[in-house]
Amino acid sequence: MATDEMTVKARKQPEPKLTGAVHRSRPTLDRRYLPVLGTVVVLVLMLIIGGSRYDNFLSGRVMANLLINNSFLIVVAVGMTFVILTGGIDLSVGAVLALSTCISAWMFVHGWPAYVAIPAAILAGALIGWAVGVMVHVFEIQPFIATLAAMFLARGLCYVIAPESIPITDPTIVKLGTRWDLGGGWAITPSGVIALAVVVVAFVTLHYTRFGRTVYAIGGGEQSARLMGLPVARTKVLVYVISGTCAGLGGLLFAAFSSSGYSLTGVGMELDAIAAVVIGGTLLTGGSGFVLGSVLGVLVLGLIQTIITFEGTLSSWWTKIVIGALLLVFVILQRLLVVRRR
Amino acid sequence: MMTEPNTTPIVEMTGISISFPGVKALDGVDFRLLPGEVHALMGENGAGKSTLIKALTGVYGIDSGRIVVGGVDQVFAGPAEAQAAGISTVYQEVNLTDNLSVAENVMLGHEIRRFGLIDWHATRKAARTYLKALNLDIDPKSSLSSHSLAVQQLVAISRAMVVDARVLILDEPTSSLDSDEVARLFDVIRTLRDQGVAILFVSHFLEQIYAISDRITVLRNGSLVGEYTPAELPRVELVGKMIGRALEVLTELEGRSERAVVDRSGTPFMQAIGVGRRGSIEPFDLDIYPGEIVGLAGLLGSGRTELARLLYGADHADSGETLVSGQAVKLRNPRSGLAKSIVFSSESRKTEGIIGDLTVRENIVLGLQAERGWMRRVPRKKADDVVAQYIEALGVRPANPDAIAGNLSGGNQQKVLLARWLATAPKLLILDEPTRGIDVGAKAEIQKLVADLAAQGMAVVFISAELEEVLRLSHRIAVLRDRHKVAELVNSDDVTTDVVVDLIASGGTSA
Amino acid sequence: MTGLAQLTRHRLFWPIVALVVLLLASTLKSHSFLEVTVRDGHLYGAPIDILRRSSILLLVALGMTLVIATRGIDLSVGAVMAIAGAVTLTQIASSPDPGAVSTVAVAMLTGLAVCLVIGVFNGFLVAVLGIQPIIATLVIMTAGRGIAMLITGGQITTVTSAPYKTLASGFWLGLPVAALIAGVFFAVVALVTRRTALGVLIESVGINPTASRLAGVRARTIIWTVYVLCALFACIAGFLQSSNIMAADSNNAGLFIELDAILAVVIGGTSLAGGKFSLTGTLVGVLVITTLTLSITVIGIPVNAVSLFKALVVIVVCLLQSPVVQHKLRARRRQAAPVPVEVPA
Repeated sequence: MATDEMTVKARKQPEPKLTGAVHRSRPTLDRRYLPVLGTVVVLVLMLIIGGSRYDNFLSGRVMANLLINNSFLIVVAVGMTFVILTGGIDLSVGAVLALSTCISAWMFVHGWPAYVAIPAAILAGALIGWAVGVMVHVFEIQPFIATLAAMFLARGLCYVIAPESIPITDPTIVKLGTRWDLGGGWAITPSGVIALAVVVVAFVTLHYTRFGRTVYAIGGGEQSARLMGLPVARTKVLVYVISGTCAGLGGLLFAAFSSSGYSLTGVGMELDAIAAVVIGGTLLTGGSGFVLGSVLGVLVLGLIQTIITFEGTLSSWWTKIVIGALLLVFVILQRLLVVRRR
Repeated sequence: MMTEPNTTPIVEMTGISISFPGVKALDGVDFRLLPGEVHALMGENGAGKSTLIKALTGVYGIDSGRIVVGGVDQVFAGPAEAQAAGISTVYQEVNLTDNLSVAENVMLGHEIRRFGLIDWHATRKAARTYLKALNLDIDPKSSLSSHSLAVQQLVAISRAMVVDARVLILDEPTSSLDSDEVARLFDVIRTLRDQGVAILFVSHFLEQIYAISDRITVLRNGSLVGEYTPAELPRVELVGKMIGRALEVLTELEGRSERAVVDRSGTPFMQAIGVGRRGSIEPFDLDIYPGEIVGLAGLLGSGRTELARLLYGADHADSGETLVSGQAVKLRNPRSGLAKSIVFSSESRKTEGIIGDLTVRENIVLGLQAERGWMRRVPRKKADDVVAQYIEALGVRPANPDAIAGNLSGGNQQKVLLARWLATAPKLLILDEPTRGIDVGAKAEIQKLVADLAAQGMAVVFISAELEEVLRLSHRIAVLRDRHKVAELVNSDDVTTDVVVDLIASGGTSA
Repeated sequence: MTGLAQLTRHRLFWPIVALVVLLLASTLKSHSFLEVTVRDGHLYGAPIDILRRSSILLLVALGMTLVIATRGIDLSVGAVMAIAGAVTLTQIASSPDPGAVSTVAVAMLTGLAVCLVIGVFNGFLVAVLGIQPIIATLVIMTAGRGIAMLITGGQITTVTSAPYKTLASGFWLGLPVAALIAGVFFAVVALVTRRTALGVLIESVGINPTASRLAGVRARTIIWTVYVLCALFACIAGFLQSSNIMAADSNNAGLFIELDAILAVVIGGTSLAGGKFSLTGTLVGVLVITTLTLSITVIGIPVNAVSLFKALVVIVVCLLQSPVVQHKLRARRRQAAPVPVEVPA
């Protein structure tokens, strides 16, 4: 009678096959790197096209400017990468960046020294990021809405602090934009160095710390990560703090770039950052992608701008159309990749 | 009744109570776990097994009671704290992250660090050691998603060992494994037990419980029934204690020896000729007559589900021809199946069956509505009638059409799904594992219902991992192995589980 | 007490409280705020103004509600508005008779056709290719304004056309035409979703797309349809907006309206995770956002601070609606059970 509940599962063994030994001949390249490789290919293609069409395109000066002019976006995109890797999104970065320029400009005008104003501007970004993290994690508000609220908040604070553009003359900020000549037209600014340093720190954090691995684990499955006993709460709050901090730091780099603090700075920059991250091969669902890819994504966006400038006759709106088209191509390619894997 | 243990329990839970809004999930339950034993936790769905485990691992807070682990009073705030105290859990649905490598999954949160940074070489080496300890010889750098579910389960156990678990909780670890995988898992469990690890084991398969456990605790309706050794508790008694009533329903079914003879002279309702789909199931032939129950037998991954999905049109076939009542049809999507009065109830109730946030009424009417299209809404009066009729006929509990379907127990969700399909008056009913993970009583009711429907002339395709169930219900049995249909036999008293198992094992050559 | 408790637990309780507070505050400051007067046979006053100003956002939010109910999101609506204005006004401007009703009708039909194509494109990416909605619609959001500028040649196209102007500035039966248009669309969508099975099928697809497909629901068609509808409603919103200023401003038309629309939907209690949706909730959400903007000027807070207050309202409403706070509020009323943490068994 009790055989009703029985199963033959454990009774007979059809054939001794060990499912563990899945030693397929693996492709030489790890699948995870494919999207980034795509970005590299696009970047190289753009360089070749630009180099063949325009004189001086591949000069040290143009390439150096690519890095220098986009240093703030690199920093913002790095922060965004952390958030997107956990499966979240941060719409507040543009506004937080603006807030950072406004706070530092306001403090300089009111006679605060750089060693107070600079940390204060970065701290403001970190604080907003923390508030977002708490909203997302503790109050379970969707990242989209929480960071949207943070975006309105930061933008509103900007208007309160600096309704008009405030010029920045502080020597420390100005110094961030000084060009150090490296010969052959190549040059770098302290802003560029800071951006590169942020990339290195982010890379090491993501790949060589437990925090970084937890970021990936949360992106792979938050519930699993929690049941695996990983510090999900802390990590989730922290990625928004990192993104906010990066936006704050990006604001200072932008202030050096524009020599002013202005409430309308960086409108729509969150979209550029998201586009850079996606073009850089990071999946918006989380858990897969690399910070170096995001850097490449920023460079691709910058190159589009450079090519359109070089072309001269093309109107500026083509930038948007090309970015949109590129986004479309990458999204479809990534999708095909995911489908193929299944 | 209880044999006194000569060792001190590693886990001692006393008087544990937990209430959820409207339900007393656990009511003063006592439970103890000794080092070096495999302790089976038994009970029907809703008996409180999962709740007890979650109380122990800190996923739920307890309303009252005491949890002592290793002689220390403990209240864990979450799985992380429980793990730190040496309690690891491996869940039925493997809770690892498949975007990372095997080594990373094993070592996540415990990576070996040098100067504050992860030393990947040492970490992978450590992972390999832990995997080796379970006789798992896989490349730690390989991606977790490239391995079978069984291997992933073993990886999850390896991970549990990293935290130096003194208590290992296995929540239905075998429900998706085939026999040699189960055997392998049991080897691992025995090894760990001999090393002194206390193992809490939950399974629906009685055979496995008797094969592996040293002690059995039975829960019913959130209360403790008792603690026994397998030797002092025959299976019949165990089932009796679990369901708390005599087994009339089961006996009744068991007693059905008369099998209605199916008239196979006319046109089959459905005829599949060389139907197949690359990478999913090899081309097969299958005839299904009205009033006939065709059972599909085979191990998990043998292609049972894939075959059923092709019959419905959930996936579309890339070879062969399908005839319905003698007419060639193309089944491209579920709608085309539905249009031919074919319905399919998926094995994954939660993800492919129930629409959790909708009401029981909306869930039942959904199939009917899908058939009519969005423009012609099923009139409220008709919906109410249909819903009332099937809630009554199938005994859905609670019998409230406005209850949220996601809140029902597994068995009742299954009944709601059946109601959804029966409401469309199908001619072919395809049931994939309709009785999995539901309690004994509901299982018997569903079996009886299927037999009655066939008797009224409905064609049925019935899939179950439990061969006895397939044998008891089916008129004919198609045997599958490695994505091939290898044999087909008419059911009779001579057909026993051993016959079918031999067919599966030999791949049909002996038949 | 229990009646009150039940009331505060209602999905729309806090949004409506916010609306009432805003209206009260405005009335306290400017006593004639809620007054409606008749001038030239038209109704005038702040409430009428709120209705007129809400029309554009309501149209966009209407489509957004349906999209969000299917677990989606449509970021492209602002860009679609810009394209609608660009296409229509360019055509009217280039016509020999911009004041003719037929010219306007043909131009609007062209605009609708272009937006239909965009909606089909968005729907294709999401429903057929299975790309995440947020990123699929980001494509048009990014490229759309570029396309609009391409159409207008980078200019702000202005026209003089009486029939087109009526859309935003006209009155009919004493009420603003814009509000009437939005109202009619709202009523039709509400009626269609609840009188047919469309509403419950959208919800079913939003809650569990796989199960819905297996149940025979045309999940793909439904998802595709909501993106097309969303683009069409955004198109009409684009007409109203461009009619309002009688110009196609590709850079600023509908700028950030996707955010306001999403906020309105969320304030109205429809979850971004998809499933159950409430059109009434969306209406309340739209009114809250429009009233907020108007009230702030009435109360005398600098216009610049609007987004600050928007942030505060959003944060407060979302926090009050959040499961954690809801549970705490309930627990304070009576000793409640522990929060069951949802874990897949």
